[in-house]
Amino acid sequence: MAQATLNGTIVRPRLGRDDIALRAGLLVLGLLFAVAIVFPLYALLSKSFQDKHGAFVGLANFERYFATPALFYSIQNSLEIAVVSTAITIALAFVYAYALNRSCMPLRGLFRGIALVPILSPSLLPGISFVYLFGNQGMIKWVMGEASIYGPIGIVMGEVFWTFPHALIILTTALAMSDARLYEASTTLGASKLRTFVTVTLSGCRYGLISAVFVVFTLVITDFGVPKVIGGQYNVLATDIYKQVIGQQNFSMGAVVGLILLLPAAFAFMADRYAQRRQVAQLSARAVPYQPRPARGFDLAMFGFCAVVGALILGILGVAGFASLVKFWPYDLSLSLKNYRFDLMDGGGWASYWNSIEMATWTAIIGTVVVFVGAYLVEKTRGFTAGRTVIQFLAMMPMAVPGLVLGLAYIFFFNHPDNPLGFLYRTMAILVICTIVHFYTVVHLTAVTALKQIDPEFESVSASLKVPVWRTFGRVTVPVSLPAVLDISMYLFLNAMTTVSAVVFLYGPHTTLASVAVLNMDDAGDIAPAAAMGMMIVYTSAAVRVAHAILTQGVLRRTQRWRAR
Amino acid sequence: MAEGDGARPYLRIEGVSKSFGSFVALRDISLAVEEGEFVCFLGPSGCGKTTLLRAIAGLDPQTTGTIIQDGRDVSALPPSARDFGIVFQSYALFPNLTVAANVAYGLENRRTPRAEVRRRVEELLDLVGLGDQGRKYPAQLSGGQQQRVALARALALSPGLLLLDEPLSALDARVRVHLRHEVRELQRRLGVTTIMVTHDQEEALTMADRIVVMNQGVIDQVGTPREIYAQPANRFVADFVGTMNFLAGTLTERGRVRVGRLELACPEAADGLGQGAAVTVCLRPEDVAVRGVDAATPNAAKARVASAEFLGPFLRAYLAVEGVDEVELTADFSVNAVRDLRIGEATELLVALPPDRLRVFAAG
Repeated sequence: MAQATLNGTIVRPRLGRDDIALRAGLLVLGLLFAVAIVFPLYALLSKSFQDKHGAFVGLANFERYFATPALFYSIQNSLEIAVVSTAITIALAFVYAYALNRSCMPLRGLFRGIALVPILSPSLLPGISFVYLFGNQGMIKWVMGEASIYGPIGIVMGEVFWTFPHALIILTTALAMSDARLYEASTTLGASKLRTFVTVTLSGCRYGLISAVFVVFTLVITDFGVPKVIGGQYNVLATDIYKQVIGQQNFSMGAVVGLILLLPAAFAFMADRYAQRRQVAQLSARAVPYQPRPARGFDLAMFGFCAVVGALILGILGVAGFASLVKFWPYDLSLSLKNYRFDLMDGGGWASYWNSIEMATWTAIIGTVVVFVGAYLVEKTRGFTAGRTVIQFLAMMPMAVPGLVLGLAYIFFFNHPDNPLGFLYRTMAILVICTIVHFYTVVHLTAVTALKQIDPEFESVSASLKVPVWRTFGRVTVPVSLPAVLDISMYLFLNAMTTVSAVVFLYGPHTTLASVAVLNMDDAGDIAPAAAMGMMIVYTSAAVRVAHAILTQGVLRRTQRWRAR
Repeated sequence: MAEGDGARPYLRIEGVSKSFGSFVALRDISLAVEEGEFVCFLGPSGCGKTTLLRAIAGLDPQTTGTIIQDGRDVSALPPSARDFGIVFQSYALFPNLTVAANVAYGLENRRTPRAEVRRRVEELLDLVGLGDQGRKYPAQLSGGQQQRVALARALALSPGLLLLDEPLSALDARVRVHLRHEVRELQRRLGVTTIMVTHDQEEALTMADRIVVMNQGVIDQVGTPREIYAQPANRFVADFVGTMNFLAGTLTERGRVRVGRLELACPEAADGLGQGAAVTVCLRPEDVAVRGVDAATPNAAKARVASAEFLGPFLRAYLAVEGVDEVELTADFSVNAVRDLRIGEATELLVALPPDRLRVFAAG
């Protein structure tokens, strides 16, 4: 930037103790990021240029990849699955969101709750349900006719189920940002309903739509749970990584596939960021929220649609729940808890379940502290622009890195014989670190948004009153953002319970996880116990979610008295 | 002015500039503020007044230049090492703390005994007239009350300098007028040196001992409210403070200006301007004379009321002056004069532009 010419010596502001504390915090955070994401990704990159023995081979691995049709066909498969799943999910979620926001149909709160249920389950679970419904011994196998559920059809169905709530959350937010005055203007000007829909509704939420498209696309292309369970012989990039690494121990080729998977994810991420930045500026403070008016036919149609979708969601989950209770499908349909005796099967038994609880708890506690303090440092440090920019960039990076790729990168980095941090490999600690990093970006953005809503002059005032910044952080910033803090811990806990992708490479004999147990039991053909363990995750997540809601309300009532006028 | 009276000013700003990349927000600002003085930084948005205030506080330090407060060079010090209290437009009250806790916030940090803190908080709340509101939360108070809490908090550590950043502009007009008076009274009573940033000229005129008019990063004029209003230093100040007529003219000889076909006596006609120089003649609407004017009155002119607006205590008339074609002359006539002289639309009048009220600037 061109510097204006000014007379006199430049003032070099002396750093106060607040500045020193905040900058030191940023440096520590930078160091953590270096170890937890930069170095591992570098290790992954360099591995893709090495042979099995670690010698540099240039692009030989990439050449071999593109010379092996079985491998590079997966690119096309992955893209096809992602495009089709995204199209279906967005169409369904948009109508559903429209019904929730713009109709007067009854039970809207219930429908909103039902739609979010898939978030509580690992992506493996819908796959298992579809096997029970449409598999070789499926309950309603006849629906499929000649087609097989094992392959693209099953994958797409599973992905739609699993990504539906993610799309819905973004779209309801986008549709909620409506300005009734625009609708009045459009009606007054004599525009038809269709024209109003296109020019006001669609254009008003277009960035939300774009954002939802890219989020779903990324989730699908990087997901590993659904294709693993129901993909059959149909290969996609995510399962290829798993097969190369776990099946063939070919780490170099795993790294190559990981890098290829990184490309669409990184691209979708950048496009989504672009869209979100545009969305923010849409709604002015003067906007009047749109209030839907009852319209019998429309409300009824919307109710019908939501009822069908809601029933499907609950039905799919219910099938897994039912299957987990059946003694021996399809020969002995009497109910028992036999499948819940995990200690009798492979996969780590009940210990896996408790490990998951422990891992999720640590992730929620440590992750919330790191993320919130980190976001505060980025937002509130005076000057030090270079440091803040770097940290901000690093905080956004995990979003673009698929979980499998992150897990693989961790193997290369932490399992390297020369790494003094190698003792972390296969411990609870590395699972927690990896999971926090995996979901860092989303919660970081939540924290930043919450912090931006706080008066930016709190720090100025406390400096003028000679109160150190960390005291104001504890006494004012954290209490004021308590709802966001609780949301962050909740999000981290749920995702830690359900995630498979990153941790599948990192667990050890004593740190097996429930979600990984689902995968391994399904792999071993113990599909009913896999469903049972999946349901345990769902029950736990749901219970924690309810407890969180009650807790939040209680805490809010006690500590947020000041919110009431 | 400060330099002249020999005493050491409380706050001295010397050659302060601030740039953001290639944009210069403040250019070579120098200013002295006396102890106990109430100074207003007045200017349109983007003129640099808030930037200067934040530099004085150390929140956004200047790029070059020196700031000396109470004999101490604070130019490079962080805000926490300076001595000031501050009130923002948003008040920045801590919403989760009670009014009393907000006021006590800085006191508690100094390990002051608890009873002492309580006593001081009560004293401060009484000072701002909120003695019985200590247990409430900020959200339960009105805007004006919140503003007073912010003031009490800023005064808690008895700072040597009180900085007010547009403290009244978020309030209703009526509350604002009331608080102007209260803030000024409080400041007088405590004798604390105060700098207030405002874009509201009325606020600056009624509250300040001295006004610093700023425009595009430089100081245009420093003076008492009377000086600023009656003798604006340049066209910008004349235009920004109050309402002003601007008439284009030419200097014919020393003390005389031709405007249209009129020739006006302007004893003040700016020195340093040669004959034939293009000038602007300024006159306040309320200075247009209409009573006791006859043909012999200096600068008398025939005029017709082209249109008029009733503004309560006075009538604002737009006059077509004979001999001046390009502009209408804005004149405020008291309701008394209007009644006595039967002024209404299309009335023909004889008005005078009193020579001692005319200000003349080089055109441009």
